[in-house]
Amino acid sequence: MKKLSKIVAFGMAGCMMASAFAGCSGGNQPASDAEGSKTDAKGGKVYYLNFKPEQDEKWQNLAKAYTEETGVKVEVVTAAEGTYEQTLTSEMDKKDAPTLFQVNGPVGLANWKDYCYNLADSDLYKQVKSDDFVLKEDGEVYGVAYVIETYGIIYNKTLLDKYFASDFATVKSAAEINSFDKLKTVATEIQANKDALGVDGAFTSAGMDASSDWRFKTHLANMPIYYEYKDKGISSTEAIEGKYLDNYKQIWDLYIDNATCDKTALASKTGTDAETEFKTGKAVFYQNGTWAYDACKYNGETGEGLKDEELGMLPIYIGVEGEKNQGLCTGSENYWCINKNASEEDIQATLDFVSWCVTSDKGTTALADDMGFVIPFQKAKAASNPLVAIADQYVSEGKTSVSWNFSSIPSETWKNGVGTALTQYAAGTGSWDSVVTAFVDGWKTEYAAAHQ
Amino acid sequence: MIKKNKRYFLIFVLPTLAAFIMAFVWPFFQGIYLSFCKFVTISKAEFVGFDNYIAAFQDETFMSAFWFTVAFVIVTVVFINVIAFAIGYVLTMGIRGSNIFRTTFFMPNLIGGIVLGYIWQLIFNGVLLTYGKTIVSDATFGFWGLVILVCWQQIGYMMIIYIAGFQGIPADLYEAARIDGASKPQLLKNITIPMMAPSITICSFLTLTNSFKLFDQNLALTNGLPGVVQASGTTVYTTQMLALNIYNTFYQNANTRGVGQAKAVIFFVIVVAIALLQLYFTRKREVQQ
Repeated sequence: MKKLSKIVAFGMAGCMMASAFAGCSGGNQPASDAEGSKTDAKGGKVYYLNFKPEQDEKWQNLAKAYTEETGVKVEVVTAAEGTYEQTLTSEMDKKDAPTLFQVNGPVGLANWKDYCYNLADSDLYKQVKSDDFVLKEDGEVYGVAYVIETYGIIYNKTLLDKYFASDFATVKSAAEINSFDKLKTVATEIQANKDALGVDGAFTSAGMDASSDWRFKTHLANMPIYYEYKDKGISSTEAIEGKYLDNYKQIWDLYIDNATCDKTALASKTGTDAETEFKTGKAVFYQNGTWAYDACKYNGETGEGLKDEELGMLPIYIGVEGEKNQGLCTGSENYWCINKNASEEDIQATLDFVSWCVTSDKGTTALADDMGFVIPFQKAKAASNPLVAIADQYVSEGKTSVSWNFSSIPSETWKNGVGTALTQYAAGTGSWDSVVTAFVDGWKTEYAAAHQ
Repeated sequence: MIKKNKRYFLIFVLPTLAAFIMAFVWPFFQGIYLSFCKFVTISKAEFVGFDNYIAAFQDETFMSAFWFTVAFVIVTVVFINVIAFAIGYVLTMGIRGSNIFRTTFFMPNLIGGIVLGYIWQLIFNGVLLTYGKTIVSDATFGFWGLVILVCWQQIGYMMIIYIAGFQGIPADLYEAARIDGASKPQLLKNITIPMMAPSITICSFLTLTNSFKLFDQNLALTNGLPGVVQASGTTVYTTQMLALNIYNTFYQNANTRGVGQAKAVIFFVIVVAIALLQLYFTRKREVQQ
């Protein structure tokens, strides 16, 4: 017995020593798994702080492929959902700071402008299709969007066809749904006959848990912002008027009154809840974007999910005049920026890496097929994502895409304020007036706070 | 021999001292310096004077978080200490299975705050959903939810300290008192409690500072929700405690990092002041054996 405990003690001591030494050496030496790969003579390396958790694995694979091809080490770290700003702040202070990072648009850029390398002469900028996809100020290019995404109301075609075929249906085809009123008719009729259709509700739960609330406090909130900007011909403002907030209320009411769950329970519903409801056929409509394809697609092993031909997507109609020409919401909130404080070799290595990603066959294929991205670069490949094909179809039919104006929202705090007001309105513990106050007055306060 | 040992004192203390300076003293002073700066990353800070402190005191969310925290601290200090004292008392009476009970009561303390927060969120929501409510539909739910969570977590720990205290009381004191004809309540009031004063000091100090600094449980259980929108458009989160408020301020925008830092310094001063006051008053009650 005594002998055993001695062995254990030595073992423990050994472990501690080993881990202590490992801790010491980890900082300035490449990890041992990199031994096999060649090291670049120039010594530059890439450290990419990725924003999209759903694509983490694919970025890791792409980085590995790049290292195999060129010998340049690429490290990809993904911040946990909703903590990008926190992770970036602490990482940027390190000696080995990210060389490649992301900002979400003009507002995010305001925080990090001093850290952004001017991309005006870079190959990446030369490759981009139009200046609509870059963050440019005073002739300096601070960020380049690398993915264009689209969101709307994704629907289950099989279930919707089942509804069209029913005798209680007053709307008979998806093409007829071209306004808020039609959408409302369909949703309420589905909700009223949910048992006959075998669903739990028309819409998936509009969960207000942090994993899902961005769909409403950011993406849905884009609709009233978009129409107000459009009326005024602006792209950002220091004070929003809230002219279309009644429309915002209409669509929010529609979502929460015709859902799979009671509206008082929304506060605790998560993103996974909505996703599961949709892919198991418990709901017909699901507000989300092209990035949701991976999670919803048919999985042969579990038998869950929707086949490509079962997926459809509708614009988010909110009852604004002339909305039958409205398309899906298309834009970007993912801009690549290069850290100008990195060493020259690292900057060069990073420039090479991003340009490889968007020009080489391997890079563009990975972005298009593995990640399902539409990239705004000249050598882009068509994405295999069927939701993207639907988005393209709307454009070719001459529908006007709704731009992503939520990148001009003054702060995260504003979004949280609107989000919590929406939750309470849904639960019946708050009034719609609070949503309006958070939306309009909150905008002014937050804008002022960010622009002192 | 003693002299020789003294010579080595510095060498032995050096590693710990270095670690303490690097991980505590240095960041502490840097933190105070940063509270006077405007910065995005801490290596590029720009001195701005007292602006951050002014902004911190003008922030309505900070004051709301402060009063919520104070109420929470008062309630939890009382609950945790009274219940832990009672359990400790019962478990030193020599009932069967005392050790099993002690272990069981102590166990919640081994689970991390975030995990506990989510577990209790599930439990509370499970119950409240039958009434069509969730933990975040009302600030009162959030408050009592946090109280229950923290009590559940910390009572076991404080109980252990109280048990140690109970076991340290010499039996002859009780014996003498009993011979003098003291009743059970009298024993408790005149012997147990005065003799337990050091344990009470430690436990109330620990619960007070723990409750003041509570962060993980707050973040995981309610994350400050529900929020109340003020006339100015600012949303005040009604179950947000000071630590969480500071954290959220820090990441609000590029101008608020310093404000968050200033709030942290104010917070530090408050905690130190209250803890010292509390130590002073409970120490006075302690008796020498």
